[in-house]
Amino acid sequence: MTQPILQARGLVKRYGHVVAMDGADFDLYPGEILAVIGDNGAGKSSLIKALSGAVRPDAGEIRFQGQPVQFNSTKEAQRAGIETVYQTLAMSPALSITDNMFMGRELRRPGFAGSVLRMLDWGRMRAFAREKLNELGLMTIQNINQPVETLSGGQRQGIAVARAAAFGSRVIILDEPTAALGVKESQRVLDLIAELKARGLSIVLISHNMPHVFEIADRIHIHRLGKRLCTVRPKNCSMPDVVGLMTGALGPESNPAEVVG
Amino acid sequence: MTSTEKSVSADSFRHGGGRSMLDRVQHALHTNPSLVPLLVLVVSVLVFGILIGPRFFSPLALTLILQQVAIVGIVGAAQSLVIITAGIDLSVGAIMVLSSVIMGQFTFRYGLPPGLSILCGLSAGALFGAINGLLVSIMRLPPFIVTLGMWQILMAANFLYSRNETIRAQDIAAEAPLLHLFAAKQNIAGTDFTLGTIFMLALVLFLAFVLRHTAWGRHVYAVGDDPGAAELSGVNVRGTLISVYAVAGLICALAGWVMIGRIGSVSPNVGQLTNIESITAVVIGGISLFGGRGSIMGTLFGGLIVGVFTLGLRLLGADAQWTYLMIGVLIIVAVGVDQWIRKVTS
Repeated sequence: MTQPILQARGLVKRYGHVVAMDGADFDLYPGEILAVIGDNGAGKSSLIKALSGAVRPDAGEIRFQGQPVQFNSTKEAQRAGIETVYQTLAMSPALSITDNMFMGRELRRPGFAGSVLRMLDWGRMRAFAREKLNELGLMTIQNINQPVETLSGGQRQGIAVARAAAFGSRVIILDEPTAALGVKESQRVLDLIAELKARGLSIVLISHNMPHVFEIADRIHIHRLGKRLCTVRPKNCSMPDVVGLMTGALGPESNPAEVVG
Repeated sequence: MTSTEKSVSADSFRHGGGRSMLDRVQHALHTNPSLVPLLVLVVSVLVFGILIGPRFFSPLALTLILQQVAIVGIVGAAQSLVIITAGIDLSVGAIMVLSSVIMGQFTFRYGLPPGLSILCGLSAGALFGAINGLLVSIMRLPPFIVTLGMWQILMAANFLYSRNETIRAQDIAAEAPLLHLFAAKQNIAGTDFTLGTIFMLALVLFLAFVLRHTAWGRHVYAVGDDPGAAELSGVNVRGTLISVYAVAGLICALAGWVMIGRIGSVSPNVGQLTNIESITAVVIGGISLFGGRGSIMGTLFGGLIVGVFTLGLRLLGADAQWTYLMIGVLIIVAVGVDQWIRKVTS
């Protein structure tokens, strides 16, 4: 079997008396779409935040491309090529699409204007933003200088995915990307995810939407009570089985499907 | 606007094809929030011009307005930076006065060269600001409380350290003219521009450039708009906040230096109204108290509006209280307009 691109062993995170992660394991293989599902409060968000550098686990190890890593900020994870689309989208509503795409990694002008005056290269940033939106077929948005708050929910989600796709060279993590969207917009986002996979990126998809998970995931990581319960392949498993595992109605040993990983 | 009204207007937009005039105005203001104060400024200049006649447009009147606005404009610039991060700085006036006292006392009590004293005053201002910033970002205390406390502390320190003594203007002129640097005048087309006024204009333009064209400037807006989102996007939220408060403190200290030029002496008793005047200029200038929105040019317009009202009403012979009354109305209207702009939808 190939080596996982992103791997975690025994992650622990406590908030006071609440144990958000209780020895959680995680494996993501290159070029796959891994869905992470779990009931509310199962600790999916903490797991994702640990992998994306937003939260530092109290214990446990994260390996990226086989090497142990410690991400102290989202920026460090970004540098390694891991981009995350948060459920809240992490966008500044009053700022423009270009501003948001480049927030925290702005491009400066070449030469004196950039190195001494620290001037931003708006021309290059706008062109890049436009190109990335075009690539993902999001150019229903005409004005790249439009504040994000004037966009529809689907458009905002599209921008957030485009931002991750533009900078994520290895792994893209999407937290509930379709939760706030209508049927048509959801389908558009699923197509985008398939498109990212086709480009060779590895994708982690956190979702409550079982039809979406079964439609695009290669494997399903089932999270329960702060740790990984098991991993199944959607081909060998039914939706009710997965829901049963997730809620504890079924134990992993009674799982009728093949359990992998 | 109630939610039913909103959905009705949204529907009429969808079915009616075109945008209503009001929607277009809302959008224009959304992209350019300093348009309102600019409009108010132009209208008030015209109204006072008609009421008062050519006297209002005389170089002397312009000189007076600009001199009056110089200090409020500089402190307002500092206040704008802090308010754009969704904070507030109630210690701006105290930092300004204490810094000016340090510049004066270091020169006259300890006999330091004026240049060095000024440097000490500026560093002190930046330090006080940085302490505000540290408390706000690392200790996560509310800016209102931190700067309220800092205001009291610095004001008390100001009176204790200066022993409530004023350094006389003649002594400064004779022994440390550098402290009067910003009083130097340049006559342009019959109007006297003090160096302080020119510095204020240059500072506002410089900050407008920095906010628009540097990563730091964009981060200041992002931190004010949604600090959580900024953090996740990879912005150093704490560092940005500390730097904003420190820069604000430095700018207030510069205002203290300008103030020595303006009033001639160094006195611990001045600048008591600077806090409220700077916040007034920022709010009338269309910068949102909720952070993330507004332009620093608006603060300049806001300061000028207050200056125009003050002088215009004085020239009309009205009671000075009318000025405060009008400014009070403007503040409330400005905040109302801000709320309306923030409701913009696509």
